Amino acid sequence: MQVPAPFEYERATSVDHAIGLLGRLGSSARLVAGGHSLLPMMKLRLVNLEYLIDINDLHDELGYVLVESSQVRIGSMARHRELLESDALAEVFPIFRDAEQVIADPVVRNRGTIGGSICQADPSEDLSAVCTTLGASCVIRGSSGERVVTMEDFYRGPYETAVGDGEMLVEVRIPIRANGSSAYEKVERRAGDWAVVSAGAAVWMDGATISDARVGLAAVGPNTAGIPAISEALRGQVPSEELYAQAGVIAAQSCVPVTDMRGSVEYKRHLAAELTKRTLRRSVARISRSRRTAPDRTEGS
Amino acid sequence: MQVTMNVNGNEVTGEIEARLLLVHYLRDHLGLTGTHWGCDTSNCGTCVVWMDGEPVKSCTVLAAMAGGRKIRTVEGLEQNGQLDPVQQGFTECHGLQCGFCTPGMMMTARALLDRKPNPSEHEIREAISGQICRCTGYATIVRSIQWAAAHEAASAAEAAVADASVTVDSVGVGGPS
Repeated sequence: MQVPAPFEYERATSVDHAIGLLGRLGSSARLVAGGHSLLPMMKLRLVNLEYLIDINDLHDELGYVLVESSQVRIGSMARHRELLESDALAEVFPIFRDAEQVIADPVVRNRGTIGGSICQADPSEDLSAVCTTLGASCVIRGSSGERVVTMEDFYRGPYETAVGDGEMLVEVRIPIRANGSSAYEKVERRAGDWAVVSAGAAVWMDGATISDARVGLAAVGPNTAGIPAISEALRGQVPSEELYAQAGVIAAQSCVPVTDMRGSVEYKRHLAAELTKRTLRRSVARISRSRRTAPDRTEGS
Repeated sequence: MQVTMNVNGNEVTGEIEARLLLVHYLRDHLGLTGTHWGCDTSNCGTCVVWMDGEPVKSCTVLAAMAGGRKIRTVEGLEQNGQLDPVQQGFTECHGLQCGFCTPGMMMTARALLDRKPNPSEHEIREAISGQICRCTGYATIVRSIQWAAAHEAASAAEAAVADASVTVDSVGVGGPS
């Protein structure tokens, strides 16, 4: 039987209340949202804390998915199921629906949140790879106000983020750029498992050439870092199978997987290359399809 | 600490430790042992109950977090002495062998059919993908849920026909003939 060590339970009723509690209780307190990362770690006594602040009542305040003209804003309490089911989000960033279909299982997705997922900063976590791929930034709020950090600055290492004592992640912002699309692929041993390797890609086109592209990988390094060398290799090029293969080679070379029960280093490098190719190919195909089905929009923009 | 929640329509209040998991509160404090306690790591899904209408794994929810919320367990499926169609389906189609995974399977199935009354086999398998049957009786579990869906569709159609005939009758009575 796995039981967490004793702690005091507090329930926050607003973001300000949560930040006030965090300020008062200091580093002995942690926030809990869905709890599907934190509670298992508490049961295993990998995390011990004196105060647990339940922020599930903040879902009304922070459970939004807002697709605006130049950016998407996702409240940190938006649950996996809400991200999966949002048609507006899938329209601008199909990578989210790709990823959410393979994150945990439907029952866990009813509870888990985007904020909890990326604050867990697990190098194998899929939404972190999605946010890295899309060049998202994180809005962190504390008693003295808000600050915005890029995903690169957000991750300090495995299970470490830029969120300090007395602060909480309140929003994830993702810039929308024209003529782009995205995709996600994951190889897992069974439904609901952590990734053996996952890859996300986002591509933006200018006419027949790639104006920008980003690839993010999960489970092959200390964090879900993007791979700038792939972006450099793809910019200004016309999409082709050779180009995708070249990006795959860079992905395999750039990542630092370890051999574990999910696979060998060689296998994971192979997956990094293959999934990079597939997601780039699918992103480009999606751009072509949206041009065919919505000519007015692409010609007008 | 004190916690109050609604379980299967009844308000319950208890004195608990903050670290108590919902599954243990239901089983050990309330005696609702229909909810099973399995892997303890949110993998197996036998502990699934509803919280505010949505299936959750009660081994990964604190009883304190359920305070003020509505919980429905497998004991709450039966209504007025009538088994839920999902329970009938599991009986009709041999949906259980050892029965350990059954409460979680049925709670997830009920939630699925409430949202999607006529799911495809793929949708059923996706819905129960977070649950493990160690007897590997998935084929009969899927069939049981399909039985419940078909049975509910037939009942709804019968009710609609009955309503329609009542309407026709009342028109007939009040009409010029």
